[in-house]
Formats: sequence, C-alpha cells, structure tokens
Amino acid sequence: MDPTPISNTFLAEIIEATPGGGALLTCLQCGSCSGSCPSGPDMDHSPRKLFALIRAGEREEVLKSNTPWYCVSCYSCMVRCPKEIPITDIMYTLKNKAVQENSYEDKDAPDWSKSFVRYVEDYGRSYELGLATRYHLTHKPLKKTSLASFGLGMLTKERLSLRPEKIKNIDQLRAILKKAKTLEGA
Amino acid sequence: MRYGYYPGCSLSHSAKPYGDSIQSIRTPLDIELKEVEDWNCCGATEYVALNKTAAFALVGRNLALGSQEGFETLVTPCSACYLNLKKTDHYMGKFKDLDKKTNEALAAGGLSYKPGSLKVRHMLDIVVNDIGFDKIREHVTRPLEGLKVASYYGCLIVRPEFEEFFDDPELPTHMDKLMETLGAEVVDFSMKTHCCGGHMPQISTDTAYSLIYGILNEAQKNGADLLVTICPMCQLNLDAYQAQVNKQYKTKFNLPILYFTQMMGLAFGASEKELGLGKEFVQAAPALKKIGTAVEKAQEKPKRRKRGDKTLPMPQKKVEVKYG
Repeated sequence: MDPTPISNTFLAEIIEATPGGGALLTCLQCGSCSGSCPSGPDMDHSPRKLFALIRAGEREEVLKSNTPWYCVSCYSCMVRCPKEIPITDIMYTLKNKAVQENSYEDKDAPDWSKSFVRYVEDYGRSYELGLATRYHLTHKPLKKTSLASFGLGMLTKERLSLRPEKIKNIDQLRAILKKAKTLEGA
Repeated sequence: MRYGYYPGCSLSHSAKPYGDSIQSIRTPLDIELKEVEDWNCCGATEYVALNKTAAFALVGRNLALGSQEGFETLVTPCSACYLNLKKTDHYMGKFKDLDKKTNEALAAGGLSYKPGSLKVRHMLDIVVNDIGFDKIREHVTRPLEGLKVASYYGCLIVRPEFEEFFDDPELPTHMDKLMETLGAEVVDFSMKTHCCGGHMPQISTDTAYSLIYGILNEAQKNGADLLVTICPMCQLNLDAYQAQVNKQYKTKFNLPILYFTQMMGLAFGASEKELGLGKEFVQAAPALKKIGTAVEKAQEKPKRRKRGDKTLPMPQKKVEVKYG
C-alpha cells in the first residue's frame, strides 16, 4: 500500500470506515463495476465515476448521490473488480455517512431501511406486513395502488403474518445494539 | 447428519412453502436440523446501510448463540441470511478491529464469538455436497420428466467469493445437476446469477421491474416451464410482481417460481399440501401437469455437418439418469 499519508481527508475517511477499504487507492478506473451493475442506468453517477469523485475529494457531491442507495448489494462488481476493492462495502459506508449527515436527496431508500431497522430493534425479527404498510402509506401511497392487490394476495395465500413475532431475549439484543452504536466510528 | 439451523424471518411467513418443503425432504434424506434458540433477524441489506457496527453485532448474536449451543455447522436456506452470517464470520476473522468491536458489543449482552467456530452453509450446499446426487436419486419415486426448468440462483449464495466456496460465482451448475437428478430437463439460462432486484420493488419499481423482466424473458425464451430458486427474496420478487411486470412491459409471462426443495419433494412423491404448493401468485399446477408426459425420444444419430456449413460446432449435452 502507498506509504505516503493520504492528504485527501474524504478518501481517508471512507477507507478508515470500510473493512479492507484501502484497496480503493488501487482503483484503475477500468469500469468493470459500472459495466456489471444491474441498477447502473438509474444511478446519477456510475460506481466508477463515484470512486473518481471520492478520490477528487468531492464530498458533498458523493454524499448526496443516489448511487449507494440504488446499489442492490448483488456483489457482482466485487467479484469482478481486478483490484479486489470491496465495492459493496464502500457503498454501505457511503450510506452510513449520508444518513449520519442527513445529506441524501432521494429519501425513499433510506426511509425504507429505517423502517426495517425499527422493527428489528423492537421485536428482534423483521415484520413484513407492518413494515410495508407503515412505509407505503407515508411514501406516495396514491402511486402504489397496485401494491394493494399484492398485499391482499400475500394475505390470502397466508404468506403474511398479522402480528409480529418477538424474540424472548429482546433486552439482550437491545443492549448489544446500544453498545454497538456507541462503538461506531470509535 | 445434525446441523444448527437458522431459518431466517421469511421462512415462517412470505417463504412458508420453502420452510414446509424443507421439513418434507428432511426426513427421507436424514437431515437433522436443530433451530438456534432465540435467533434474531440478520438485518438483510437494511441494517448495514444505517450502522455497520450494529449490523455486525446483530448477526454476531446469532453466531454467538449458535456456537454456544455447540453446533459446528450453521445451515440457512435464505441467501441473504447466508451472506450476512458468512460475511460476519469471515470479516471478524479477517479484520481485527471489526472482531474487537463486535465482541465488545456482544459482551454487553453477556455473549462472545470466536470467528471460525461455526461453518456457515446454505441448504443447497448441504443437499448437493453432504447428501449427494446418488442418495437423492435413490429417493426419486416420481421423476420430473417432461418438465423444463431454469435454475435461478440470484446473487447472494454465489457472491462474494469467500474461501471454500462450492460453486462458480458467474456460472454455477450444482442446481442444474440436482434438477437433472430429479428427472427434469434443464434449459440454458444465462440470467441464472443476475439480480432479482432485492428491495428495489419497494424503492424504485422501474429498476425492479426491468431486472425481473430480464430474468423472466430469458427463461421464457429458452422454453422453461418454471423457474427454480433457492432464495425467499428471489421467489417473492419474480412471483409476486410478475403481474405488474406484465402490465409494464405488455408481456404475458406465466412462469411459476418454485423452491428447489419443493421440486425435490415432488420427485420424492410428497403431496402438494405438504410442500406448500398453491401459495404462489403464479400457480404452478398447470406446469406441474406436464410431469410424466415426456415421450421417449428415439436416440438421434449425430448429424453430419453439411458441406459449406460455417456455423461453429456446438457441444451436445448427454444426460443419463437412472432412478430407484
């Protein structure tokens, strides 16, 4: 790895927060990631371009980008990257930072993640019915009338539970998560 | 064989047929699954988007509980759970700082986990590698002859490549062999490891439907009667949103999406109810009527290439399967 200290603070920050993130310094800008990305066409910056922006220290532009939020975590780029950069994990780092700094512009994906996490923290298990209704009724419900038939289908086929399941030792889980949050960035 | 079992949240709800069919094939194949006591959600792809340390600690609790119960192997049927469990174990072993923080958080709940103490494996891995095709073939009482299937893996079982991975990340073939062992005909399927869209149907339907369309279109073009999957998320996306995809792309896809364990159960002679069949949005019953309708094909002689034929010679697949 480059022995000289990284003068670009944003780049250093991303590397620091990502396990194995140092590989980002070796990015060749070959574009294998962008070419492999299934949701690339919907991103405002392709993954390759986003890495160029990080290396150029364009903090604001990167943290408001929808690119990390359109990452579907398929790891296709990660197995193809010739420099073995943990691309999906870098996307998670960018999501974490955008949430901490409230800098994302498109709210749908972050809100979905937050609703999901809330159920996990309350019950220890995910709860599909509660999650879907809570999220969709507050996010453009009128555009989602087709989801009503989906929900009804799930219910009649007994594929949705009417009440959430709670784990027995939820207090233990909450204590672990509480402690973990104090260690984030520590 | 006895394994620690981590079913994941979907198996009791949206992917109940997957859970039911696993229970059905478990007995004949002598697979003992002991559920990890009081396991919690793996966080899917959502928790890690908000807070990495907490996300690894969330998964770490499951690993800690599993190793505390004395399991050596932890089996999960869900590809997202598989990835999260395996990734946490792998990253804790590889990155000391992550290991330290995760264990510090676990200690707040009186738990700890030593990376490497559990081997995380997917149900498909157990079926094809521990049980094996020969033993599976012995249990086939109702060969799935006449049925053309596309085997669909999705992303998270084949990627990323952590050590000791059992199949190819771009072109895996174990499920193809399994389906052939059950008597089904496997069609070529170049989309087998393409993404189903994950949580995208909730966030951007345009992105999600275009991915689902690509997968269904390729399967239909290659003559598949149905798709076989190994992941609850893939099943849900391809099945439950197929009608919306048809509307958006003006297509008439009618492709049932079944779990590989349902296919195994069918070939083992289990009842449809036992396998949770009929709970899919795109009903599988019409396609499953094809089972047993295969006409014995006369052994074709290899054709001589015509003079002046400029096409490339293609390899011919030979399949020999004997049951019982």
